[in-house]
Amino acid sequence: MALDFDSARLPNPFITAEHEAWRTQLRRFIDTEIVPSAEDWDEAGHIPIELWPKAAAVGLLGLGYAEEFGGTREGIDSWHSWITNEELARIGVGGIPASLMVHGIGLPPVINWGSEAMKQAVAPAVLAGEKHIALGITEPGGGSDVASLSTTAVRDGDHYIVNGSKTYITGGMRANWVSTAVRTGGEGARGVSMLLIPTDAEGFSRTALDRKQGWWASDTATLYFDNVRVPVDQLIGTENQGFLVIMTNFNSERMAMAAGMEALGRVCLEEAVAWARERKTFGKRLADHQVIRHKIAQMKQKLNATQAYIRLCYESIENGNPNPGDIALLKVQASETMEFCAREAMQILGGIGYMRGSRVERIYREVRVNAIGGGSEEIMRDLAARQYGV
Amino acid sequence: MKVLVAVKRVVDYNVKVRAKGDGTDVDLNNVKMAINPFCEIAVEEAVRLKEAGVATEVIAVSVGAKPCQEQIRTALALGADRGIHVEAEGRLEPLVIAKLLKGVVDKEEPQLVILGKQSIDGDNNQTGQMLGALANMPQGTFASEIKVEGDKLNVIREVDGGLQTLSLSLPAIVTTDLRLNEPRYASLPNIMKAKKKQLDVYTPEDLGVSVTSHVSQLKVEPPAERKAGIKVEDVAQLVDKLKNEAKVIS
Ligand SMILES: Cc1cc2nc3c(=O)[nH]c(=O)nc-3n(C[C@H](O)[C@H](O)[C@H](O)COP(=O)(O)OP(=O)(O)OC[C@H]3O[C@@H](n4cnc5c(N)ncnc54)[C@H](O)[C@@H]3O)c2cc1C
Ligand SMILES: Cc1cc2nc3c(=O)[nH]c(=O)nc-3n(C[C@H](O)[C@H](O)[C@H](O)COP(=O)(O)OP(=O)(O)OC[C@H]3O[C@@H](n4cnc5c(N)ncnc54)[C@H](O)[C@@H]3O)c2cc1C
Repeated sequence: MALDFDSARLPNPFITAEHEAWRTQLRRFIDTEIVPSAEDWDEAGHIPIELWPKAAAVGLLGLGYAEEFGGTREGIDSWHSWITNEELARIGVGGIPASLMVHGIGLPPVINWGSEAMKQAVAPAVLAGEKHIALGITEPGGGSDVASLSTTAVRDGDHYIVNGSKTYITGGMRANWVSTAVRTGGEGARGVSMLLIPTDAEGFSRTALDRKQGWWASDTATLYFDNVRVPVDQLIGTENQGFLVIMTNFNSERMAMAAGMEALGRVCLEEAVAWARERKTFGKRLADHQVIRHKIAQMKQKLNATQAYIRLCYESIENGNPNPGDIALLKVQASETMEFCAREAMQILGGIGYMRGSRVERIYREVRVNAIGGGSEEIMRDLAARQYGV
Repeated sequence: MKVLVAVKRVVDYNVKVRAKGDGTDVDLNNVKMAINPFCEIAVEEAVRLKEAGVATEVIAVSVGAKPCQEQIRTALALGADRGIHVEAEGRLEPLVIAKLLKGVVDKEEPQLVILGKQSIDGDNNQTGQMLGALANMPQGTFASEIKVEGDKLNVIREVDGGLQTLSLSLPAIVTTDLRLNEPRYASLPNIMKAKKKQLDVYTPEDLGVSVTSHVSQLKVEPPAERKAGIKVEDVAQLVDKLKNEAKVIS
């Protein structure tokens, strides 16, 4: 048995022929429309805007969203999501899924908590790939401690006046709307609200953060709000209840990241094994040196554990009883596995692994954004310990 | 116009096939299966005819064991309206498949039947032609372009050394070549909708066909492995080897 991307996936009894059909079609789409240009887009620092409508047409953008907004929800379950995140990760260019699928974190607040008019104005256009939405939580003053955010929204008649800034915002340069966390009340979590801010509003400006360790294909921005007037009907959910909106968003973001990270680790395994079988040192294949064999086995061991854990969490979501502590720790499990696999694959590749143009070199550079974004490893452990009532 | 499209379940073209250890057949254990690429082109062409308002209904038919319903579902996701599964087990040779398809043609009376020119497993390149003979229909094989004009079908065929244009009277049979079209991807919503489309299952008896085999497969073996080359010392040795060993120059 080979250890390529597909054969290194553990069997999963929940995967049906229909799930496999989606994998097949999605992979064809990705291999035709994305993979041939992926590296060039990464070097260029952006994805062509035409990719969004194409991804909408194949059903990628709308996966899991209601049909009334142009999505596909009937018959869709967590296993479709897992497959989707896996296949997007397989490209090995993390900036592409990060940017292409950023509505996955920007849109749910609107869909789950927004008014009917807001949903109708935003969701169909975003799911058709014609307009773009981002999520603005993190501020220059801090990201982990969400409850201390300092961007303010002060009520003035039927408007809020927003002042402050957000940073590291994925898709921020392209976004037409930003689901933004603002302070409408007093200190702490109970003073936070979510507000949908259109980027053509007066007083809004942005600058690109285009020199990053990885995720080059993804646009990242700092956003500035200078007396931006936002109508009160753009409030997402109830005033001062924004923390709940933010927290409910995190489970699916973390599951998507975990699924992606495991798959990225598997890409590293695939590349390392292929190389270890070809390359000869000291008269035998790298794969015949015990040290290398152990590296490969250990990568697979950690990937197996992560896959089984992902499956368990998706199962609990399917059963309607997800545990946020378990999901937070899954994210840590996945980032540590990805880190380990990237390190070991890079070692096995040797000098060639250090050269730009291989998936392993890029994945190695994109470990940290996964270990920090969407809740850092430290914050995840802390959250879990609190969940478990320690 | 009703269009019937044949789709076959074969090993995915990305898979490196292996012979079984005992040499009886190709090893299909845990191997990814897919719709035969030429059949996919056939489905695409039929769906395009429907989108152009020429075809009114597209029926995808597959002959084989139960799992080939997956490939029928793929065809339905690509845009076929309904499916027919002719359930038959074992190794099915082209003549048997052609007879079973003839049974379906008699039942459905399509104006046009589109098949792949060959399937990538057996590479037989026979089924379409045999069906043409059995159903007494004109055939345009290796099609790279087709166009319906009234009760005629113009087919451009890829033949040795060029293109040949035929005019066939309908009903007719077409087999697809690679350049006929580039198949689309099935979208997620269409994959989900395909689950609900009608799929009828027939047995060979339902179609009045007896499945008797005339060909038996004796042996399957992998191609010989290429031997390592050698480095020649000089031009004289190269010429000598080409002349006396390879015998490619004299
Ligand atoms: C490429 C990229 C894209 C991003 N996209 C988005 C986006 O689209 N939207 C968005 O809102 N944000 C986004 N982020 C921001 C991301 O969510 C934050 O970087 C992350 O939450 C960490 O916040 P911080 O960078 O401010 O670090 P800090 O919060 O300053 O933390 C710094 C370090 O201290 C640790 N730390 C903090 N508090 C504690 C504690 N109590 N105990 C122990 N350790 C602690 C953290 O784990 C971290 O290691 C993105 C970030 C990157 C790099
Ligand atoms: C940026 C850069 C600059 C460099 N500059 C120079 C330079 O100026 N001059 C120069 O000569 N070279 C240079 N090198 C090359 C460097 O020294 C080699 O990359 C290094 O020696 C490893 O060799 P390799 O890349 O061929 O890997 P390989 O020898 O193919 O080894 C691949 C992996 O297998 C492991 N391995 C190999 N054999 C065994 C074994 N028997 N048992 C267990 N594990 C084994 C290795 O540890 C490694 O992890 C440079 C490399 C880089 C990346």
